[in-house]
Amino acid sequence: MSTQEPAPLLQVQDLHLDFGGVKAVDGLTLQVNEGDVLSIVGPNGAGKTSAFNCITGFYKPTGGSITLEGVDITGLRPSAIAARGTSRTFQNLRLFGELTVLDNVRAGMHLRLRQNALDALLHTPRFRRSEREATDEANRWLDFVGLRGDRGGLARNLPYGEQRRVEIARALARGPKLLLLDEPAAGLNYGEKNELLDLLHRISVLGIAIVLIEHDMDLVMQVSRRVVVLNFGREIADGTPEEVRRNPAVIEAYLGKDDADEATSEEMSHE
Amino acid sequence: MTTNFATSPARVRALFERIQQNRYLGLIGLAVALLAPFVTATNYALSVMTSALLFVMLAVGLNIVVGYCGLLDLGYAAFFAIGAYVSGILATRYGWPLLATVPVVIVAAVVAGIVIGGPTLRLRSDYLAIVTLGFGEIIRITANNLTITGGPSGIYGIPGITLLSLDLSSPVGLYYTCVVVVALAVLGAARLGRSRLGRAWRFIREDEDAAEAMGINTYRVKLAAYIGGAIWGGLAGILFGAQLSAISPPSFTFLWSALILMAVVLGGMGSTPGVVLGAIVISVLPELLRQAADYRYFIFGILLIIVMIFRRQGLWPARAAERQSRRDMRKAKEHDLPKAKEVVP
Amino acid sequence: MTQLIWNGLFVGSFYALVALGYSMVYGIIRLLNFAHGDLYMLGAFTGFGVLSVAGGLVTGLGFVALLIVLVISMLVTGTAGLLLERIAYRPLRSAPRLSVLITAVGASFALEYGMRLVAGPNPEVYPVRLAGDSINLLGARITIQQASLILIAVLLMAGLQWLVMGTGTGRAMRAISQDPTAALYMGINVDAIIARTFFIGSALAGAAGVMAGGYYGKIDFLMGFIIGLKAFTAAVIGGIGNIKGAMLGGLALGLLESLGTAWIGGQWRDVFAFGFLIVFLTLRPTGILGERVTERV
Repeated sequence: MSTQEPAPLLQVQDLHLDFGGVKAVDGLTLQVNEGDVLSIVGPNGAGKTSAFNCITGFYKPTGGSITLEGVDITGLRPSAIAARGTSRTFQNLRLFGELTVLDNVRAGMHLRLRQNALDALLHTPRFRRSEREATDEANRWLDFVGLRGDRGGLARNLPYGEQRRVEIARALARGPKLLLLDEPAAGLNYGEKNELLDLLHRISVLGIAIVLIEHDMDLVMQVSRRVVVLNFGREIADGTPEEVRRNPAVIEAYLGKDDADEATSEEMSHE
Repeated sequence: MTTNFATSPARVRALFERIQQNRYLGLIGLAVALLAPFVTATNYALSVMTSALLFVMLAVGLNIVVGYCGLLDLGYAAFFAIGAYVSGILATRYGWPLLATVPVVIVAAVVAGIVIGGPTLRLRSDYLAIVTLGFGEIIRITANNLTITGGPSGIYGIPGITLLSLDLSSPVGLYYTCVVVVALAVLGAARLGRSRLGRAWRFIREDEDAAEAMGINTYRVKLAAYIGGAIWGGLAGILFGAQLSAISPPSFTFLWSALILMAVVLGGMGSTPGVVLGAIVISVLPELLRQAADYRYFIFGILLIIVMIFRRQGLWPARAAERQSRRDMRKAKEHDLPKAKEVVP
Repeated sequence: MTQLIWNGLFVGSFYALVALGYSMVYGIIRLLNFAHGDLYMLGAFTGFGVLSVAGGLVTGLGFVALLIVLVISMLVTGTAGLLLERIAYRPLRSAPRLSVLITAVGASFALEYGMRLVAGPNPEVYPVRLAGDSINLLGARITIQQASLILIAVLLMAGLQWLVMGTGTGRAMRAISQDPTAALYMGINVDAIIARTFFIGSALAGAAGVMAGGYYGKIDFLMGFIIGLKAFTAAVIGGIGNIKGAMLGGLALGLLESLGTAWIGGQWRDVFAFGFLIVFLTLRPTGILGERVTERV
């Protein structure tokens, strides 16, 4: 047994991403530990989704490094990063609309199904077993996210809120250690948001670390153990929800300079 | 068609769906193919039916690439040509029995698939369409220019198929050989389509980024589809050589690739029964409408546009919904959740 | 050697004209218009038709007649391109890319075999040939008409460059190719601009068709197939979607072919060109002038 401290689950070091002169991410450093529930917040265009896309391999960062459990994953293709134990959802819902709900969830299990082309051609017992297990597990994940609606039907026929659930079920079926959710509450109504909150708690209980980008501050404050605030592609605050709420730089970023001065002086006068 | 029944459209549709979901459909099709020579067995009829079967095999192979994976291959005849030429050369110049050429053809098809698919599948998927178009031409022109391929006059005297001491080179023998091979090819493609690999193909067709995010190496899976299509095409090429006993470059023009594509599109991309039906229609229809020969390609072109605009899913669409078995419903009720450790690979 | 270079530039200018339309349409709506080469064929046949009907009237006028024929053919193919877009492509603008590609294949087929119905399967001999007095230029023999054709090609390309960079239509085209939705919000009539792009691109292909008819002297209903492929190759070499790139790519491909076939033999010309396409796509898929495109997630 090594005595040294284990590497953090995810370590983002001095990440840079330029789009032809526009610095979408500008020196971001971020650490996610096992069991974390971390929210990334910030104004529109602060580089949140760009950072996500770098971490998950959809964009090639122009500088910096990303390690997962101490292994450098910078610039790997998305599938290789996903194979190392991450999983994600997309800002504007990317389900396989013309496929069934069950098939959507089976996508997450792709890497874990033990069958090859020959098994499929000959319908070997191994193939049948693996297909049966895939269906069972897909159903279990759909139960877990509380899907209502026809599982054998096309994903695009589900209502929006249910589609969001399917996307999370698909991401969970990947079997991640780290789950990245890009605005999971967008477009949900009040009841659905509460259910999402509950779902996030239950995911966390499974031992999966969660990083979410979210605009809904109520949700962020209730679910997060840590909050990171981005502005202009760099981190301006990192702490518990309460700490971040009081941070003057954050207030400035959200409210603008003048309002921020007032807000902080108000805070101070309270103390 | 069911239009001559006096029933409401909804009932017609329900009936159609029942037929579509019938699990014995494949067996019925096989039985029809097996019994057809008992209805008519003139040499002409057998040759038309054998050609139709080969066309079915090609369409099913192209369906792996276009229908399942959503990649447009416009040079599919190239693989057909590779299969026909490789087996033809080995058989006529080196005296191999056709059956012995099968492994070599498979290897040649795989290599060709990797050479063409390898570089292009890394790019935007529409580049594949035009590169395969160019590839089709390269193969045809190369066959036309080389001496080993017989130049413009091609290869003749390709022997029939013999299995051990059984001579299958008569029209009837060849027809039944084709029935067996093509039935296996159709079954195999359909089975691949319903497996882990086949699902991955569809995920890519639907949304490449989302598939990649689920850990699916889209490049490799696309290459697998392309190679799969190549193997089916190459094997069909062997049968083609055996049927005609002579092959030459004009047999492998773009027209062929386009007709195979038409069979897939018309029948229904991704739908095995649709593609089989489409292939039979495209190959037999011209025989029935000989006097309209001048118009037929023009009509095919217009038909492609019309199908894409008004009925993209084709005549016999792929089955969309998945019926859940009772066992699954029961299982779904038991709320035993996977533990995190179990689901991590 | 100089003769080879001249021939290469000559053929290259046809490629460039056809590649321009290919590249423009791709740049603006990301569609590989497989029927584009067939518009070139249509141009050649329109020119042929006009020349046959006008018959003796024009043969005496020679080059001027060819110019008039050129303009008429450009109008006809431009309109054909416009119709093609309106009938076949516009209904599918939000459809999956595969459907649109298949439609384009269908359109190509319909144009080819439609022309076969009209003009018959056999090649036609062009009534006007660009023979005549040749001059000696840097050791190569070219006719004055040939030189003038290159000049016309250059003028057409210059005109296009001005149109795209210097006019409102051009600005709108560039805006749409950047972001069609945003362009729509900015009040640009996207449909009209796309239609105009098709018209211009098709007219250029038509012009190339007439010129090729005069140059090669023979036309047939499948002549657009190979040139479509070559034009795409040229567009890729230059960086697809890039106008200067298409011109450059066309000339480069013409030269490469001319020199390459002198080296390995004429019967391998097309293999050489397409092989080059595959190699180029492997090594530098963005082309000579193409920028790195990051596809947004």
